[in-house]
Amino acid sequence: MGYVAVSGGAAAIENAEKFSFIRRAGGTSAVLHPEQIRDQLYLAVDRIMGEGSLYAPDLAALAFKQAAGDTFEAAFILRSYRTTLPRLGYSQALTTDIMRVTRRISAAFKDIPGGQILGPTPDYTLRLLDFDLLDESEEEMKERIDAFLRSLGTLPALPKTFPKVVEMLRREGLLVPRASVGEDVAEPIDITRQALTFPAPRSSQLQTLARGETGGLLALAYSNMRGYGSVHPVIGELRVGFLPILYHNPVNGGIEPVGEIQVTEAEVISRIPDGSGPAVFSLGYGLCFGHNETKAIAMAVLDRAISTDTPSAPSEDQEFILTHVDGIESMGFCNHYKLPHYVTFQSELDRLRTIQSGQQPSEKTPV
Amino acid sequence: MTSSSPSKPGATADWRSSIPSKRNRYSFAFLDEGAKREIRRKMLKAVAIPGCQIPFGSREMPIARGWGTGGLQLTLSLVGSDDILKVIDQGSDDSVNAVNIKKFVHRVTGVALTTDTSEATLIQTRHRIPEESLHHDQLLVFQVPIPEPLRLVEPSEQTTRRMHAEADYSRMWLYLFEDIVRFNEITVAARYPVMVNGRHLMDPSPIPRWDLAKLHRGEALFLFCAGREKRIYAVPPHTDVEPLSFEDFAFRTEDFNGRRCSRCGSTATYLDEMTDDQTGNKTHTCSDTAFCEKLRRRAPAEDPDQPRESDR
Repeated sequence: MGYVAVSGGAAAIENAEKFSFIRRAGGTSAVLHPEQIRDQLYLAVDRIMGEGSLYAPDLAALAFKQAAGDTFEAAFILRSYRTTLPRLGYSQALTTDIMRVTRRISAAFKDIPGGQILGPTPDYTLRLLDFDLLDESEEEMKERIDAFLRSLGTLPALPKTFPKVVEMLRREGLLVPRASVGEDVAEPIDITRQALTFPAPRSSQLQTLARGETGGLLALAYSNMRGYGSVHPVIGELRVGFLPILYHNPVNGGIEPVGEIQVTEAEVISRIPDGSGPAVFSLGYGLCFGHNETKAIAMAVLDRAISTDTPSAPSEDQEFILTHVDGIESMGFCNHYKLPHYVTFQSELDRLRTIQSGQQPSEKTPV
Repeated sequence: MTSSSPSKPGATADWRSSIPSKRNRYSFAFLDEGAKREIRRKMLKAVAIPGCQIPFGSREMPIARGWGTGGLQLTLSLVGSDDILKVIDQGSDDSVNAVNIKKFVHRVTGVALTTDTSEATLIQTRHRIPEESLHHDQLLVFQVPIPEPLRLVEPSEQTTRRMHAEADYSRMWLYLFEDIVRFNEITVAARYPVMVNGRHLMDPSPIPRWDLAKLHRGEALFLFCAGREKRIYAVPPHTDVEPLSFEDFAFRTEDFNGRRCSRCGSTATYLDEMTDDQTGNKTHTCSDTAFCEKLRRRAPAEDPDQPRESDR
């Protein structure tokens, strides 16, 4: 998508930028440091990394500061930075059962092997505006945390890994693999190097959804959950945790961990009355950077929805969904309408006036 | 705090002094009196038209939409200082969500709490009806995700409202019929559509089919509320509630194939299936944990493979 450069009024544009800077930095409050954003607004940072498609918490925090809190803008800044980075290589594919888990739950079963690990979540808190946060001080926060940790004493260690709930269903023959909508390809396709075409293979589908804007994915998935579609989801397993980046060392030929990333993974089980029949469950899969459960669940529901061979709603149309979930594209295009369009509008006026003047008085359309 | 130009220091201190004190922050049961009045009037209208969904001005609550805000609004509009409240989720009093809701209601009312179904005057439930029969002094409030039974066959609210007004439920009957023709089974699991008072098709909330019989000609008042979808409906006592069924293909509940609860031995309750950590074997326990506890205290399970209470 090419945008016509705005010309003229260069001074006005410069002033707008200065005004924007004053708007962001001209208040009476203390200067915001990116570390504060990274630590205390960590969910925004995770969302921006996922939508920016670049795992870099410090940079995402900086982008969020620069964007004065606009997540679309921050993800956009990160994507733009991503363009400047050379592609060094690809990490090894791996399975997520090796995840170092901090949170792991299943809605499908009351208890699961390994247990329901709630982890850090606000799910069960009451959303009562907490005025006590106005008076938080560093010392108080530190003391509270220290006191809590002291009170725990020694705890049994968590297992290093947890078995996958969906494996249990697979062993019982209740979960079957489903056909890909597009052609199955051996190597994953990178949609940032090779534009999406339809029907899209599974790797393109998942990559597009993983980079999708959280709110957009949510609205579309919600439409399906509410009835504009056939997915009746149950969360087989939701995990938040860390996966290693395994890299093939070109010098000694070994596979080495070069770091780790935090991800959220959702496996959604659904019984869909399409070609697979009503007697089996099939899987919807969601995975995204950082801690972002809403996105992972929405992604999993949409993954299943658009894989059907009998779409019954827009949320089940693969092309419709994959074309409209990228936040940088959608936000850019939405806002592009602010650019001058007077040339095209003049052309429209010309058509309107010509048609109206050519009409008989009795045929004139009331304005 | 920021404005278009740097503001004078000290000007921002004022708003903090208008935060209400902890004592006066919320009215009894959190909702303001106007909200309670509206919800109560809508409940009365719902009782007057059994099974009919009544729209209401659903408020945002401190728990998320989809987590029981509907049930919570009814409970908060009904609760009085002399009530005894029980809250369950999937049949269990200990589920995190039930505990959270219970804590909140207690926090804003001071109401007495119980896990004993027979002792409770007001019960809020997510997706189960307690195994013990309820009596005429009890209220059962259901959390409802999707109040519209016809949503399975029609996504548009405008259309389903007309279908209810005209008592035109043919598309639901057709859906069930086609299930039978294609799969020789009705595939609807929970949220099975029921006909109330011979007039309105109703969504009983995602309770299992096992629980539907308890709605029929019960003694207690059943109140249903969907907070996100903003609908209230009710089944008064002694009202007919009949699951859609064909003369030659009868409605069937879940079948546990003679399995029993490994804790109390019951074969007459709805069971939860769990897989053992170590052995990989499946065990079953009562979904209604409070009832299971009652049965255990009377007569522990006689399964020789299970340790008895005295052996623990």
